[in-house]
Amino acid sequence: MEKKIKFLKDKANTIRKLVIEMLAEAKSGHPGGSLSATDIVACLYFEVMRHNPKDPNWSERDKFHLSKGHCCPAIYSSLALSGYFAIKELMKLRKLGSLLQGHPSRCIPGIEVASGSLGQGLSIASGMAIAAKIDSKDTRVYCLMGDGELQEGNIWEAAMSSAHFKLGNLCGIVDCNNFQIDGRTEEIMNIAPLADKWKSFGWHTIQCDGHNIEELLLAFKEAKTIKQKPTVIIAQTVKGKGVSFMEHVVDFHGRAPTQDEKNIALGELNKN
Amino acid sequence: MEKVYTRDIYGKTLLELGKKHQDLVVLDADLSGSTRTIFFGREFPERFFNFGVAEQNMMATAAGLASSGKVVFASTFAMFAAVRALDQVRNSICYNNFNVKIVATHGGITVGEDGASHQALEDINIFRAIPNMKIIVPADGPQTKEAIMAAYQIPGPFYVRLGRWKSATIFKENDFTFGKGQIVKEGKDLAIIACGIMVNEALAASDLLKEKGFSVTVANFHTIKPIDSELLIDIAKKHKKILVCEEHQIIGGLFSAVSEVLIQKYPTQVKPIGIKDEFGQSGSPQELMDFYGLSANNIAGKAEEFLRQ
Repeated sequence: MEKKIKFLKDKANTIRKLVIEMLAEAKSGHPGGSLSATDIVACLYFEVMRHNPKDPNWSERDKFHLSKGHCCPAIYSSLALSGYFAIKELMKLRKLGSLLQGHPSRCIPGIEVASGSLGQGLSIASGMAIAAKIDSKDTRVYCLMGDGELQEGNIWEAAMSSAHFKLGNLCGIVDCNNFQIDGRTEEIMNIAPLADKWKSFGWHTIQCDGHNIEELLLAFKEAKTIKQKPTVIIAQTVKGKGVSFMEHVVDFHGRAPTQDEKNIALGELNKN
Repeated sequence: MEKVYTRDIYGKTLLELGKKHQDLVVLDADLSGSTRTIFFGREFPERFFNFGVAEQNMMATAAGLASSGKVVFASTFAMFAAVRALDQVRNSICYNNFNVKIVATHGGITVGEDGASHQALEDINIFRAIPNMKIIVPADGPQTKEAIMAAYQIPGPFYVRLGRWKSATIFKENDFTFGKGQIVKEGKDLAIIACGIMVNEALAASDLLKEKGFSVTVANFHTIKPIDSELLIDIAKKHKKILVCEEHQIIGGLFSAVSEVLIQKYPTQVKPIGIKDEFGQSGSPQELMDFYGLSANNIAGKAEEFLRQ
């Protein structure tokens, strides 16, 4: 277990470095939420999910959908590190004609469905989960949402229907970094109490530290044992996690690091 | 003339398709009795999902199902498909070019007594603007069947617009090709291009005009997108004047689609019959057709005026 945790921590650190590099190169994009989601994403791609980078459409794969599409740098890095496409593609992020669009697009190997317009992802993931049930497959579907995103009404429509359709194969993860573009989530539009909301919608609810690999792995393991209802993991995270001057700083929701900031950030991450 | 509810035909066709094709999944949002998806739902409950009054969730879930290889038919009223769930249709369905077939009933002014909130008069305009979307407005029962079969067979997103009331049967079975307009009646003084229930009104108008000595061509353009440019140019070459009739806003619907082609390829005088940038109101379907100038009498009057100009 300790070896596994060390391996995932290293992966997460590598993802963080790639996120910083690709965003500095692109000169635009969303570091804050990418860094808060990194440990969750590392656990999914390098431990929890069944997937095959050599065959992105492998019929026995588990599925992942990034509902908070703007945090795709963390996903793109994980896909590249897994071998879905070359790592050098990351440095063309957001450029004209590049594979890696500013928000996930279906043309990218490993991306199941496009995202970017917030609030639709849980519905999409529930559609994948329903399809797996119809086909009697043991596919598990993971959907990563932002906490600010939970202000979208569509999320709660999907929360309702996923419980109604008893989608035990669906696991939502809320990257609860407490910030959105305009400021602190509790000040802009309070979504608390989150766990109570999901419970009352009929979901199995797990709360954990979204940067503690061991807690995350236990949460994913517990989710797999719940068969009659969907599970949500409410992961408490830090916006901008891992880079001292980005942590808890709302400005880095949607601003890329400059070259100088990139160098400082990489210096910090290289010490890990 | 025989009249049928095109939504009955939709329900029956879906049921037939469902027997043959295991990949077909049907979704509805608390209107399965009205849209007739319940015919399928009763027979195949394991492939039918009712989302309650939540059209946005239905459309985005349809995208997820389609991403997993399902051919999804999603139904509600035209108003809720085109307006309420537009973001989901654009970003989750069309951007991904998914196999989601939106079949909406209760399109147009003839929804009647429910009034303006339920009269979708912008739906064709809205969906026409979205890449990958294909649009069919069937003229009658037999064409509804063909449209549904075509939507199942042809990959990608579709919008099929049906009405609430019975439609007069004009066409025989197998008289429909997706993407192709069709000349229903040939004349020489004027061409009337129509879709949906307006084809029948146009035919009735052509009879009235014949009594006045005018010979009129009537063409059915059931496929609004992609529009049959070839036939349009051919019609324009043979007629100096074209009247376009639709149960929809003049802005952005069939009139716009026709004009966009002809202004570039074969400039011709084209005039619209449709809703003139206003909301509808309550009334019986026939009263509304008369009031908003869509019925055969109105078309004949407008055509005569156009011909005498």
